[in-house]
Amino acid sequence: MDWIYIIVLIVKCIIITLGATTIFAYFTLFERKTLARMQNRIGPNRAGYIPLPGGRKLLNGFLQPVAEAGKLFFKEDVVPLMADKWVYILAPAFAVIPAIIIWATLPLGWWPGPWQDNWLQVADIDVGVLYILAVTSLGVYGLAIAGWSSNSKYSMLGGVRASAQVISYELALGLAVLGVVMQAQSFRTSEIVAAQQGMWNIIPQILGFVIFLVASTAEVVRSPFDLVEAEQELVGGYNTEFGSMKFALFFMTEYIKLVAMNAVCAMLFLGGWTFPGLEIGGVVATGLNGALGQMFGQAVFGIITLVVFLLKTFALSFFAVWIRATIPRTRYDQLMDLGWKVLLPLALVNIAIIAVTNVAFPDNTLAVAGVGFVAGIIVLAVVTSQTKSSKPKSQVTLVRKTS
Amino acid sequence: MIGAFVKGLSTTFKYLFRKPVTVQYPEVKRPVRERFRGRHELKRFENGMERCIGCALCAAACPADAILVVPAENDPQKPNSPGERYAARYEINMLRCIFCGYCEDACPTNAIVLEHQYELSFFERGSSIYTKDMLLIPADKGHGEIPPILQQLDRRPSPPAQIDL
Repeated sequence: MDWIYIIVLIVKCIIITLGATTIFAYFTLFERKTLARMQNRIGPNRAGYIPLPGGRKLLNGFLQPVAEAGKLFFKEDVVPLMADKWVYILAPAFAVIPAIIIWATLPLGWWPGPWQDNWLQVADIDVGVLYILAVTSLGVYGLAIAGWSSNSKYSMLGGVRASAQVISYELALGLAVLGVVMQAQSFRTSEIVAAQQGMWNIIPQILGFVIFLVASTAEVVRSPFDLVEAEQELVGGYNTEFGSMKFALFFMTEYIKLVAMNAVCAMLFLGGWTFPGLEIGGVVATGLNGALGQMFGQAVFGIITLVVFLLKTFALSFFAVWIRATIPRTRYDQLMDLGWKVLLPLALVNIAIIAVTNVAFPDNTLAVAGVGFVAGIIVLAVVTSQTKSSKPKSQVTLVRKTS
Repeated sequence: MIGAFVKGLSTTFKYLFRKPVTVQYPEVKRPVRERFRGRHELKRFENGMERCIGCALCAAACPADAILVVPAENDPQKPNSPGERYAARYEINMLRCIFCGYCEDACPTNAIVLEHQYELSFFERGSSIYTKDMLLIPADKGHGEIPPILQQLDRRPSPPAQIDL
């Protein structure tokens, strides 16, 4: 391990951080545009465009994030009078740093480097998945201390509520991930991706995928579980007293975390950077190495895998936006019910299914996948058919008679 | 539950491919309804005479007390309006106006009309006072004949409505 390696590592960290923040900026624009279209509106279209012949405008509003960043930098930065000043200032950092460092162990593609490592992964550590789970749960400190240090009752309640929500869904999330770990028999993220080269985990673990999707949505306090942004009840939740860039950091946390969780989901359940034909030593890799030579072949292969991974993440992010446009916010008791009474037992059932299938059919991917898929679908169907729809309005007693 | 979920998702997805209904406001302005009450205008008769005869009924009817009318006697040689008097000053405080349209109802000559102009923002409080010059329409934009009762300038003026007892 020489000093060049360290420099490369630092450069990689900087690129990942800048990449994550840029993705955040443009994800907000993408979300606003998509939401607008789904609600029959146009969305931001003023700041910046590429003129086309015939008066048409391409990429309307692509400078909107830049404009917003500029505005936020020039906003007045107010600290509430009786707030715990240092904690108050540190809280946004506590929130945003875990969101960014999630990316460290994610294999964004496969591009072998000169030190037996992967150019497209910062740290290929043995406990990669454990690290991701640990870091995502660290984010709750940011919310809790932000709510506490603002010296406002609304913020305090918002912070307590946010931490309760995040902690409740942590269990289901961890158990859903445990299924993947059991099947890949490794905590190492690169090995989990490699284990999915034949069959993506979404097939044998459809149940785990659904649990992970729901739990991660709640984990990143995203619609329909965005109770943290309770304008009606709590004025605004834990970030009520934060303004200017400090507020923007909380906002940034949510979005970076959302994209990061989608990337984790793509890695755990959708095969990471792999694609039919794209695998280590696969047809495409060998062909590229043969046609372009070892070094360029690997570079091109690396970029292709990176694009595949980003496309999978993008598809999941689009789904998140789509969900936000469709489903209204849940009630707090519904949220807790779902987390503790539905997702947690389901996750345990999922673990049981995976354990049984993997022990019953060792080294038989197809059998594991088939049985796992069918069992998962059956469990999902049973659970969703058990949910009662709310009473029709005609049967609701609005005023109770007192006699 | 799954059925409702899929139905909802498909509904929102459908809208992704529809043309948005949004009107791009500063470039495209949607015409307002006929009954829309926007900025006031002081109308004229077809021959260019002001319709306002300075009776101040609009000011009396205004619930927000936004209108000020200072009437003055017409010069018989060169009258501003048919009848005895005209509005020497006519001001509306747009910070107070609630666009109720009572002034329109009260006006005996249909001089004041709430028209369709709705871009009324200003930067200073002083700009909120709309004067007669701003409200009065150009001389060639008048319409309608002068009613006979107002064409009696040669007669001796009747006593003012508010007599000093």
